[in-house]
Amino acid sequence: MNWESVIGLEIHVQLATESKIFSGASTAYGAAPNAQACNVDLGLPGVLPVLNERAVEMAVRFGLAIGAQINLHSIFDRKNYFYADLPKGYQISQFETPIVGEGTITITPETGKPRTVGITRAHLEEDAGKSIHDLFPSQTAVDLNRTGTPLLEVVSEPDMRTAQEASAYFRQVHTLVRYIGICDGNLAEGSMRCDANVSVRPVGQEAFGERTEIKNINSFRFVEQAIEHEIARQIDVLESGGRIERETRLYDPDKDETRSMRSKELSNDYRYFPDPDLMPLTISEAFVERIRDELPELPDARCARYVGELGLSENDATAISSDIDRAVYFDAAVAAKASAKQCANWIMGELSAYLNKQDISRAECLVRPGWLAQLIGRIEDGTLSSKTAKTLFDALWEAGADANVDELIETLNLAQMNDDGALTQIIDDLIAANPKQFDELRGGKDKMLGFFVGQVMKATQGKANPQQVNEIIRAKL
Amino acid sequence: MSEFSSLREMSTGLAKGDFSSVELTQEHLSRIQKADPAINSFITVNPENALAHAAQADQQRAAGDQRPTVGLPFAHKDIFCTNGVLTTAGSKMLSNFIAPYDATVVTKMAEAGMVSVGKTNMDEFAMGSSNENSFFGPVSNPWNTDCVPGGSSGGSAAAVAAGLVAAATGTDTGGSIRQPAALCGITGLKPTYGRVSRYGMIAFASSLDQAGPMTRDAEDAALMLSVMAGFDHRDSTSAQRDDSWLAELAVKGIPELDQPLTIGLPDEYFRTSEHMDALEMAKAELQTLGHTLKSVSLPHTESAIPVYYVLASAEASTNLSRYDGVRFGHRCENPQSLQDLYERSREEGFGQEVKRRILTGTYTLSVGYFDAYYLKAQKIRRLIAQDFTDAFAEVDLVLAPTAPTPAFKKNQLTDDPVAMYQQDLYTVPTSLAGLPAMSVPCGFSQGLPMGMQLIAPAFREDLPLMLAAQFQRHTDWHRRRPGDAS
Repeated sequence: MNWESVIGLEIHVQLATESKIFSGASTAYGAAPNAQACNVDLGLPGVLPVLNERAVEMAVRFGLAIGAQINLHSIFDRKNYFYADLPKGYQISQFETPIVGEGTITITPETGKPRTVGITRAHLEEDAGKSIHDLFPSQTAVDLNRTGTPLLEVVSEPDMRTAQEASAYFRQVHTLVRYIGICDGNLAEGSMRCDANVSVRPVGQEAFGERTEIKNINSFRFVEQAIEHEIARQIDVLESGGRIERETRLYDPDKDETRSMRSKELSNDYRYFPDPDLMPLTISEAFVERIRDELPELPDARCARYVGELGLSENDATAISSDIDRAVYFDAAVAAKASAKQCANWIMGELSAYLNKQDISRAECLVRPGWLAQLIGRIEDGTLSSKTAKTLFDALWEAGADANVDELIETLNLAQMNDDGALTQIIDDLIAANPKQFDELRGGKDKMLGFFVGQVMKATQGKANPQQVNEIIRAKL
Repeated sequence: MSEFSSLREMSTGLAKGDFSSVELTQEHLSRIQKADPAINSFITVNPENALAHAAQADQQRAAGDQRPTVGLPFAHKDIFCTNGVLTTAGSKMLSNFIAPYDATVVTKMAEAGMVSVGKTNMDEFAMGSSNENSFFGPVSNPWNTDCVPGGSSGGSAAAVAAGLVAAATGTDTGGSIRQPAALCGITGLKPTYGRVSRYGMIAFASSLDQAGPMTRDAEDAALMLSVMAGFDHRDSTSAQRDDSWLAELAVKGIPELDQPLTIGLPDEYFRTSEHMDALEMAKAELQTLGHTLKSVSLPHTESAIPVYYVLASAEASTNLSRYDGVRFGHRCENPQSLQDLYERSREEGFGQEVKRRILTGTYTLSVGYFDAYYLKAQKIRRLIAQDFTDAFAEVDLVLAPTAPTPAFKKNQLTDDPVAMYQQDLYTVPTSLAGLPAMSVPCGFSQGLPMGMQLIAPAFREDLPLMLAAQFQRHTDWHRRRPGDAS
């Protein structure tokens, strides 16, 4: 039988607020255990939650970025369950009335056509603490620093059909949340985690099969592997006459397998109800509009503009628009009157190589977009060769804040030799010194032209304009 | 100064230099030491802290601080977190809990220069109407020590009635300030929900809990409320209001009403004649004072008790989830697993009534019951609030009994929780509507004090305060003391 898989993801996006969603404690990563858990986070008797407005802004920003309905009235609920890293015995979340309603995200899987994934909803909630089971033998350590960290849980429709699509969707959300500045996107620190709902059904069947939920996947690679594995497992079970149980499973990347955590039938009744400590969240149209105004141009719109108005290739446009820092840098350089195509080449080539090598982000890049624009201008007006341009780029990087493009060209003597007389003299000397090679060139051996151009470049330390050298030599023939 | 002086009287004495705050505080501490063993109204008495704060208040007064509250002794219900001091909520669960921070109310009282002498006994987690549900033992009613003082703020009410302090803080979820105030013959005010910050007040039912003053008279209630009230950015449910009228009341005293009021008498609250003589006399007195009495109807009154016990228990069941033995509070010996830690810590730490309400609340929030209980109760809650809105279209204030009976004997109702819940019959509707209500002593039944309840529209505490002050200028029920011939 042919099987089709059906996949939906719940992605937990950790919002990049400075303080927690319901307390003033810091959200910075890496503090000593429990150093960033205040009275509210600890769930001490008598404490009360107070909503962090920044988290609300970020949720709205996300909603607007995916073209979703923003609910001006939403409600925080208590999700009740006992666990050692859940201090209050309930998690404050949004159940029936989330802040963000239906929207869409377009994905382009590595293989396959672009497709639209429906977003069911996105809601605000607080994170729990961390249970550490392998620190002390037979004991569990609890670190409550993460408790109360704001999360936006983005719930997709079951719109994906392959593990690759699911992974592409996860990546797309990752790109988007960094783009709009609501999440640092640091997967290793747990800034984005996802749960995957997976089921399979015979091709052509409309009804969904029974699904399982794979919890807490925290890398692009694992999303794909875990789902691949789970699809294969479900097909195995069904083909050998078994039934899929609705359950929660955990992916073990070391063994590349999923295993059962708990059966949904035995799962908690979370007893959701509106949290009486928090008023219903009401936001105004004006608040939403202000956030809409602050929203950066989004990747899709940017990409279309790069292709349509600036004439970039689809590939370059996608590559540049998909990273906010790169796109902002590109826009600034183009605004400084650089050729868009050249800019794209430099940003994707030299600049990216530098940043990678130095392991720093584009925002910290020392070479200002305006300098890159000037550098490109100097290539175009013939002052720089591609080789001296690279030398200049190195120099700009080294010089840092005080760099001045034209001064550096001067100081480092990087300008191409455009002096016909001087070049002619050099070429005449070379012809005199290499009569045999010149005869061969005359005799039609075009390869010898390269030899002479090379010798001229050597004699001028690369500053001769190769075009011009060519012309002078040809005139001598 | 006598042991039954009011805050106002003591404030005058302090201002005139008749005595210092240290002397006054020492006097209070001696009284507590002498008389409290028979009443058990305090869980913690804190002589060192109290005397240190009193000395500080004396210095402030000497330095020219003329605020009327500076140096006045009082007590806190043991539901308010007090930094570095045992804070139990009357529970074994918190019998070892030293709060690491101050509740907003505690901070405000301290900033006003008031001197807390200790923390009063209460029903466990404020659940009870007799103060028999305390891990620290029952409280006796000073009028008859075989009787209960009411609850849950029974310790505060008894301490004021016995002359141990002139005032105490209380909290009221379904009547926990008003009913013990009535049963102990003192004045108690539950402010509008949102008037006083709940931050640092150990939660029972978050949508109902409200702190307020328990005092000898309306004047002192106004003085206390002026200190306790105010918006708090730490409590999202606290209200941003202009409280300048309260500050003025605190400085100048409560003014005379400038015109007579129309007072509503809800039919549903006057269907019995038992224990109603005192209230009948109060009605007559109010008419003599020029007020108009008018019959009104609050048709959803009979649903109030079931609605209250569904909603309050639902909220309590999750508010009390944090008591799990992991981070603070009682922890069982040698837990074998996380589940075992939870089960035994909670089994050992909570008393019977608390468990009953956690179970009830867990049940009503469960899948399959939520709509039938919780949601339905929320709908009826809105109808009950609407009843009051309708009534206030016709009248300025509503007059009602505070409690159906005077103080009853200890153990009389402990085996019959439903009968015990009926103690809240007249107080619960106001709590559900979030309205301010005040209990004022108005006479006696069977030799024990009775209270009348004055209910006002939201944020109109000025009305019951002014009416009660007027009533108290013309009657002396609030000056009767245990042991007086009644």
